[in-house]
Amino acid sequence: MVARRKVAVVGVALSDCGRVDDATPYALHAQAARRALADAGLDRSLVDGFASAGLGTLAPVEVAEYLGLRPTWVDSTSVGGSTWEVMAAHAADAITAGHARVVLLAYGSTARADVRAGRRTGTLSFGTRGPLQFEVPYGHTLIAKYAMAARRHMIEYGTTIEQLAEVAVQARANAALNPEAMFRTPVTVDEVLAGPMIADPFTKLHCCVRSDGGAAVLLAAEEYVRDCRTSPVWVLGSGEHVSHAAMSEWADFTVSPAAVSGRLAFERAGVRPDEMDFAEIYDAFTYMTLVTLEDLGFCGKGEGGAFVEKGRLRVGGGGLPVNTDGGGLSAQHPGMRGLFLLVEAVRQLRGEGGERQVRRGADGALPRLGVASGTGGWFCSSGTVVLGV
Amino acid sequence: MAGRFDLPEPDAFTRTYWDAAAEGRLLIRRCRACGRAHHYPREFCPHCWSEDVAWEPASGRATLYTWSVVHRNDLPPFAERTPYVAAVVDLAEGPRMMTEVVGAAESPAGEPPAGELSAGAELEVAFREGIPVFRIVRSAIGG
Repeated sequence: MVARRKVAVVGVALSDCGRVDDATPYALHAQAARRALADAGLDRSLVDGFASAGLGTLAPVEVAEYLGLRPTWVDSTSVGGSTWEVMAAHAADAITAGHARVVLLAYGSTARADVRAGRRTGTLSFGTRGPLQFEVPYGHTLIAKYAMAARRHMIEYGTTIEQLAEVAVQARANAALNPEAMFRTPVTVDEVLAGPMIADPFTKLHCCVRSDGGAAVLLAAEEYVRDCRTSPVWVLGSGEHVSHAAMSEWADFTVSPAAVSGRLAFERAGVRPDEMDFAEIYDAFTYMTLVTLEDLGFCGKGEGGAFVEKGRLRVGGGGLPVNTDGGGLSAQHPGMRGLFLLVEAVRQLRGEGGERQVRRGADGALPRLGVASGTGGWFCSSGTVVLGV
Repeated sequence: MAGRFDLPEPDAFTRTYWDAAAEGRLLIRRCRACGRAHHYPREFCPHCWSEDVAWEPASGRATLYTWSVVHRNDLPPFAERTPYVAAVVDLAEGPRMMTEVVGAAESPAGEPPAGELSAGAELEVAFREGIPVFRIVRSAIGG
């Protein structure tokens, strides 16, 4: 058998994140992209593939032009927050096939600044035509859709609101160790429960922050790895899956599409969930972390509530460190967070986690395997990527 | 950001559904080839792709699959409607439907008492300004 051309993540970066009032989304894409190139130490002329979504009418053309790129491979897969896990998989396939040598994935959004400046509403309107005409009369906000899914899990498995709140508490505890996180002051379960109700059972701290920010990831064929100043983090396997758009088309609200993307990613990587040293999981809401842990196979269906208890998701908590940067619940969430999962996973595998660095066992060894699992829309899509060093 | 964000925009195919709703009738689509019903309505059968599909009056009976009482929505006119009950219900004919559960008889537009909302609660269709919504069947709660 001919060996497959291996693909590594060689550069990662965040743009300025959190509260960024004086930048356009284009500028945040560019800042993150330049930082990722500098991180890798690669020459820009090597970048022949570009992928981006969420900005521009002809995405990714406008952003490619803004960056001065004329790529020969592009992707603008747009499946929500999981977009960048899916894009990374597509990019890795293209590199393996010889259709690209170095691919840049970039994202940037000023969601927080836009709401503050009145450039958009807090609740997004997705339109009133086509299938959407059958849901617009009912005011199913994005938060309500996730809340309805959480409620169904509570009904079927007895998952408690306190267990869901534990997810927010531990995300904040990890964020406290991350100087780039937007919110770092520890919170308690009681404080989560006592917050203002948004869409029951979700109070405010069950929901992600709304931040500004961007990120960029650079993937390269193995022969370019030696030219980089960073140590490579290899793409070992990936999976993608699309479920529904209308909530009425979702068969079981207690099973996320990560159940499929995760199984595919682990199978293709040839590893098991229990070999992971940490997991970066898309957490726009507390329930996403809990159900995705189940669906990736870290625990059985319905056991997520018990799995997230007792601080097991914290860095150094003795369990599976999850969302080591504080996640969307505390670190940053500019609208589509998928690329941030990959950035944090790579930093952990390189040993660049600082105070929040994941260690294996008592001897303090660095992690070898990690998984990033993005969820898009309202459990509409999922992309899972297994990374290793 | 002006205007209303709760108004469906019918098309040539769905006009039948909304015209019926305006008259107080809930329609579903049923496939004559595979026998399965579906909702939201499509020209063809999403299960078997047959084009032999017809409109059919639904019984209007449903059970509550899940819900969320929405307290925040800044899109007009929902801000004035909060709190309201976003819900997903299972129609007696099989298909699932996104909808709203509306309140007690004495307060048709209001939120039903929280204690009445439970998984599997029996519901019946009602109509608010030509929009099918659901209310809890009173006889079903504790007799």
